[in-house]
Amino acid sequence: MSIFVNKDTKVLVQGITGNEGSFHTRQCISYGTRIVAGVTPGKGGQKMDGVPVFNTVAGAVKETGADASLIFVPPPFGADAIMEAADAGVSLIVAITEGIPILDMVKVKNFLSSRKCRLIGPNCPGIITPEECKIGIMPGMIHKKGHVGVVSRSGTLTYEVVDQLTKNGMGQSTCIGIGGDPVNGTNFIDVLSAFEADPDTHAMVMVGEIGGSAEEDAAAYIKAHVTKPVVGFIAGLTAPPGRRMGHAGAIISGSSGTGDAKIKAFKENGIHVCENLGRIGQICKEVF
Amino acid sequence: MKIHEYQAKELFRTFNVPVARSGVAFSKEEALKVAEDLGQYPVVVKAQIHAGGRGKGGGVKLAANSEQVMTIVDQFLGMRLVTDQTGPEGRIVRKVLIEAGQSIDKEFYLSLLVDRQTEKIVIMASQAGGVDIENVAAKTPEKIIRVFVDPLIGIQGYQMRQVGFQLGFPAPAMKQLYGLLFNLYRFFVKYDVSLVEINPLILTSEGNVMALDAKVDFDSNALFRHKDLLELRDLDEEDPMEVEASSYNLNYINLDGNVGNIVNGAGLAMATMDIIKNAGASPANFMDVGGGASAEQVENAFRIILADPKVKAVLINIFGGILRCDVFARGVVEAAKKTGVTVPVVVRMEGTNVEEGRQILADSDLNLTSASDLADAAEKIAAAVN
Repeated sequence: MSIFVNKDTKVLVQGITGNEGSFHTRQCISYGTRIVAGVTPGKGGQKMDGVPVFNTVAGAVKETGADASLIFVPPPFGADAIMEAADAGVSLIVAITEGIPILDMVKVKNFLSSRKCRLIGPNCPGIITPEECKIGIMPGMIHKKGHVGVVSRSGTLTYEVVDQLTKNGMGQSTCIGIGGDPVNGTNFIDVLSAFEADPDTHAMVMVGEIGGSAEEDAAAYIKAHVTKPVVGFIAGLTAPPGRRMGHAGAIISGSSGTGDAKIKAFKENGIHVCENLGRIGQICKEVF
Repeated sequence: MKIHEYQAKELFRTFNVPVARSGVAFSKEEALKVAEDLGQYPVVVKAQIHAGGRGKGGGVKLAANSEQVMTIVDQFLGMRLVTDQTGPEGRIVRKVLIEAGQSIDKEFYLSLLVDRQTEKIVIMASQAGGVDIENVAAKTPEKIIRVFVDPLIGIQGYQMRQVGFQLGFPAPAMKQLYGLLFNLYRFFVKYDVSLVEINPLILTSEGNVMALDAKVDFDSNALFRHKDLLELRDLDEEDPMEVEASSYNLNYINLDGNVGNIVNGAGLAMATMDIIKNAGASPANFMDVGGGASAEQVENAFRIILADPKVKAVLINIFGGILRCDVFARGVVEAAKKTGVTVPVVVRMEGTNVEEGRQILADSDLNLTSASDLADAAEKIAAAVN
């Protein structure tokens, strides 16, 4: 079992003919993901490594029955691409694109609220159910099938955590990067509740960072609703206040969003805190 | 992207957000000319830097006549202004705003920003204007009014009334306040503003509503559709190394430690800084070369770090996803060839195309220490600087 995606998920790629789009489409295909279509406006009718390319998402869905979309389009067109996918009836949208304006995302969230679909990201590495389906840019080979669910606001930091889990003999049920933007589609609580309900997920790792209050909200949720063990990590304890640390959402504003407040919320709500990333695999092994 | 108060007020004027008459000056002579054109005393001389807390820091002074204008401007220009928000090193004042003095009856606080939790635009207002709003929020949260606006619908009359009545605005000035709120909201949405703060918003003794201060921060991700804003960027207010890094689309922040570091991905970059600190050393920077960095970008990143005189060792921590390890390794080799490496460099690399990347580094004759994992990297980098 897993959450959100499995070996039957049929994926289309928006921006499949671009540099990153084509590279990562190939990586996904070689991992075993069922990539059934690509979309690049104006390139309909072409093929990318045998994958048919369509002008519109609606056209791709009609022909191939794709139920998930992976988005690589540039940031000025990111919001448009997400809405196009949602309007075409795609039920899972994974937006890798970094740099979509926040007011665009606020509108996108409004647009999605009346539709039955899940958005993961933007500005995220995507989602993977090891040895079944990879919809994203994470290096597949570090993952291993197993029972730990991983959710994170970061990309490469998630790979680090997964790598240590695998090396310490703990496989993963599903790993999700929810993205580093202040307004995103799926939040920690959405993922934690799905992991709690998934019989094949036995434990969880939650990787947060400075900025906002998503970690504090998730910590309160965990105390009230999650029975499985959770290990938590927060990045950015040494970050100076008022500076945007790469991610649009990673900023301490005034007294809110500090790493210390998040660590405190983790500890108060029964989450096992890892304070040294180099040891997170080891700590998970001890806790789980 | 932040702008100066004088620039923000220029924009306010084009949106009919009322501000006092004022002008910017870069010299004593210009300041005097502005003051004379205003045709009234007192005038207020305000140091223009990209940081708040200027009043408390001594960067805002009242001048009763032209001699005082000269004295104050003379003192301000070139001064290092230290406020709660500048850090101990302060900011050099290069320009001043000369503004017609106002007779103030009441001071309020007003700001608009995107609220992350509700994903709406929030109007924050308070009767406790002119003071540190963070303090008000922490000690007396009930004194802060919050009204949430759905950007799909836009600001509504009842929402402006909520703000006005809760602020206890006098009836005759209410209409002016609504106009200000409506126009400020228009400005916010039109320019993808991430924060606009007016502290204080004043009611003059003549009964007029006016933005006496203006702090504006734009969403950098949206600047592609506001090319007219780009000329408002003041590079003097930014760290020169950060300016250079941003010209290559690198996320770089200059810090005060001695371990330079290059990482791909913001989360891992923050965690790498934390690890350096944990190991008993201190990070000299935050450097995220980003997801899809090219070899050229990596080369520039490495060159910028190596040019920093406080850097005594460099930790490279790459987990390849979008950024392939081979691309990264090529960039490192190129930069090292061009600039020469005189400090110890520890490399830790994993992920997409890691074998090719390691091979490129191994074939390069560069003197690099490789680390097997993060814990190992932390130990080696600490040993290199301590």
